[in-house]
Amino acid sequence: MKTIIKHVLYDILRSRIVLAYTVFMLVLAFGLFNLEGDPAKSLLSLLNVVLLVVPLISIVFATTHFYNSYEFMELLMAQPVNRKKIFLSEYLAVALSLSAAYVVGIGVPVLLYGANATALFLLAVGVGITFVFVALAFLASVVTRDKAKGIGVALLLWVYFALIYDGIVIFILYFFSEYPLEKASLAMIALNPIDLGRIVVMLNLDVSALMGYTGALYKSMFGSGTGVAISFGILLLWVLFPLLTSKRIFSKKDI
Amino acid sequence: MTDHIKHSTTYIGIAFLLLLCSIAQAGTIKVCPTCPEKSVSKAVANAKAGDKILVDGGVYKENTIEINKPVSLIGINNPVLDGQYKGEILTIRSSHVFVKGFTFRNVEVSYLSDFAAIRVAEASHVKIINNKVQDAFFGIYLQRADSCVVQGNRVKGNGKTETSAGNAIHLWYCNAITVKDNKVSGHRDGIYFEFATNSHIENNLSQNNLRYGLHFMFSDGNVYKHNTFRQNGAGVAVMYTKNILMENNLFENNWGAAAYGLLLKDISRSVIRNNTFKRNTTGIYLEGSSKLDVEQNDFLNNGWAIRLLANCTEDTFRLNNFIANSFDVATNGNVMLNQFSGNHWDKYHGYDINKDQVGDVPYRPVSLYSMLVERVPSSVMFMRSFIVNLMDRIEKVIPSVIPEQLVDASPSMKKISYDRDKKSV
Repeated sequence: MKTIIKHVLYDILRSRIVLAYTVFMLVLAFGLFNLEGDPAKSLLSLLNVVLLVVPLISIVFATTHFYNSYEFMELLMAQPVNRKKIFLSEYLAVALSLSAAYVVGIGVPVLLYGANATALFLLAVGVGITFVFVALAFLASVVTRDKAKGIGVALLLWVYFALIYDGIVIFILYFFSEYPLEKASLAMIALNPIDLGRIVVMLNLDVSALMGYTGALYKSMFGSGTGVAISFGILLLWVLFPLLTSKRIFSKKDI
Repeated sequence: MTDHIKHSTTYIGIAFLLLLCSIAQAGTIKVCPTCPEKSVSKAVANAKAGDKILVDGGVYKENTIEINKPVSLIGINNPVLDGQYKGEILTIRSSHVFVKGFTFRNVEVSYLSDFAAIRVAEASHVKIINNKVQDAFFGIYLQRADSCVVQGNRVKGNGKTETSAGNAIHLWYCNAITVKDNKVSGHRDGIYFEFATNSHIENNLSQNNLRYGLHFMFSDGNVYKHNTFRQNGAGVAVMYTKNILMENNLFENNWGAAAYGLLLKDISRSVIRNNTFKRNTTGIYLEGSSKLDVEQNDFLNNGWAIRLLANCTEDTFRLNNFIANSFDVATNGNVMLNQFSGNHWDKYHGYDINKDQVGDVPYRPVSLYSMLVERVPSSVMFMRSFIVNLMDRIEKVIPSVIPEQLVDASPSMKKISYDRDKKSV
């Protein structure tokens, strides 16, 4: 398994897309920190961008990578290697390389301009979201053999989590505003990794006071140590569910 | 003519003699742990009107000292009056009393009566200067007092809950009081006014109180200048009052789910000018308020700069600076009978072609999202999400939900600078 990961990592590095991603993150973070005088403010702006860009890059890159290395995987399958191992190695290699790019790209400026608990949360959330969206990308890729279709499904997933889902939830909240929806909204947050990540970071930015009763509820839910553990646990579930599903499909699939 | 002059000189002479007599009569009583007179309350009881009682340093375990004649009570070397948690310490029932330089401490907490370190009851021209009050239920309590001065005192409480703590400076049915240069903290309300009129509140610092830094009701015609209200449980709340002037105050760090920089309820015909609201959950909250002039204030880093309920009428917001607030203005209805003009908004994206520093496009300070949050509080969880930014942008271009009249037609392109007297804290 280690050898396969090494080979895939080498392959990814050769394509230079991950390097470009790192440089992009670096430029973005340095730019934001220099534009805003207040590091806390730039962290907020960074959070906005990270929650939009990281899922997009992760999902698109992982999908294209999966289809591009189809031949390599076929070659490996001809060898006495377990299919699950091939699949998991591919996943880990992609997720780790993207996470590394993210940690370097965001982590270095953050360390230079003001490392605090919030910044660490931002880093952790970014890594978690990378893992989640690479898993979702692999799920989209194993569902169909057609590359264009696969990328289409992946993009659709991104649009759904970044935009459509929030729209639906706002609509539900507005439509049922007569009812106490605080607990329900908690559950709805858990159903979207991007929202989950945003709220974990936001609550650590001391904006919960703005949120009134809802904020107090969230703060008691997400603000404490156990709350943070729970939210990262949910993120882990968001990794495991698509990953295990796609692994099962991949193992049984006709190649 | 000469006759007249002669008469007046005689009168002046007589007046002078009388004055000499009164000075000769006004004795000085000295109290200290080694003096013949060791008790402050006995000295007060023995004193005659106009006497001066000098109390030297030391701890005097006395309570319920009652002053009912015009005397001066002056502490030298910081004497301590320790109430031992039994009732009140000093009650002043006479006019023209002067109290200076004491430390009052340990006043009983009672759920039946409002025990205070210093109480002024039905008196006028009392001066309470440069005292310290520590660990008291109520600090300085004025009831039915007139023309008194409370200056340079430091009242530091030890309150844990709102019910078991009193107010630092408490005025009830008073008139023409000056409250100046005091520092109050750790009480329920820092400065509390009820039915107190025509008073001046200047240069005070009220912080870390359990409930409000400043709280007044039914207190018309007061002037608040150069005060600082910081980190109070619920900020500053003022209700049912008219004709007040609030200038050059600083409202800072009143942060919490139910905290307000300044909460106005049923306030009318008042002026709020040159104040700074910095990092409050809500800078100003207005409910049922009318005919207010809110001018030349700075709103910095607040959650909501202004929350203006739709039952406010004829309020004017001019020449204010709104910088780095999460929401500039929020409201709860579609009707808007207030006026915004000439403010500086850091979120303004318009342009200024003729370079007169007035934006050519009107600015709508209420965002769609702030309307949504006002109606559905739980939607606050989408703050700073992509969809919210998108919705706000679209609404700015084609307004349909936000109130039509809530608009600043002449937003200032530049931050408005104005003379602000430097604070002396």
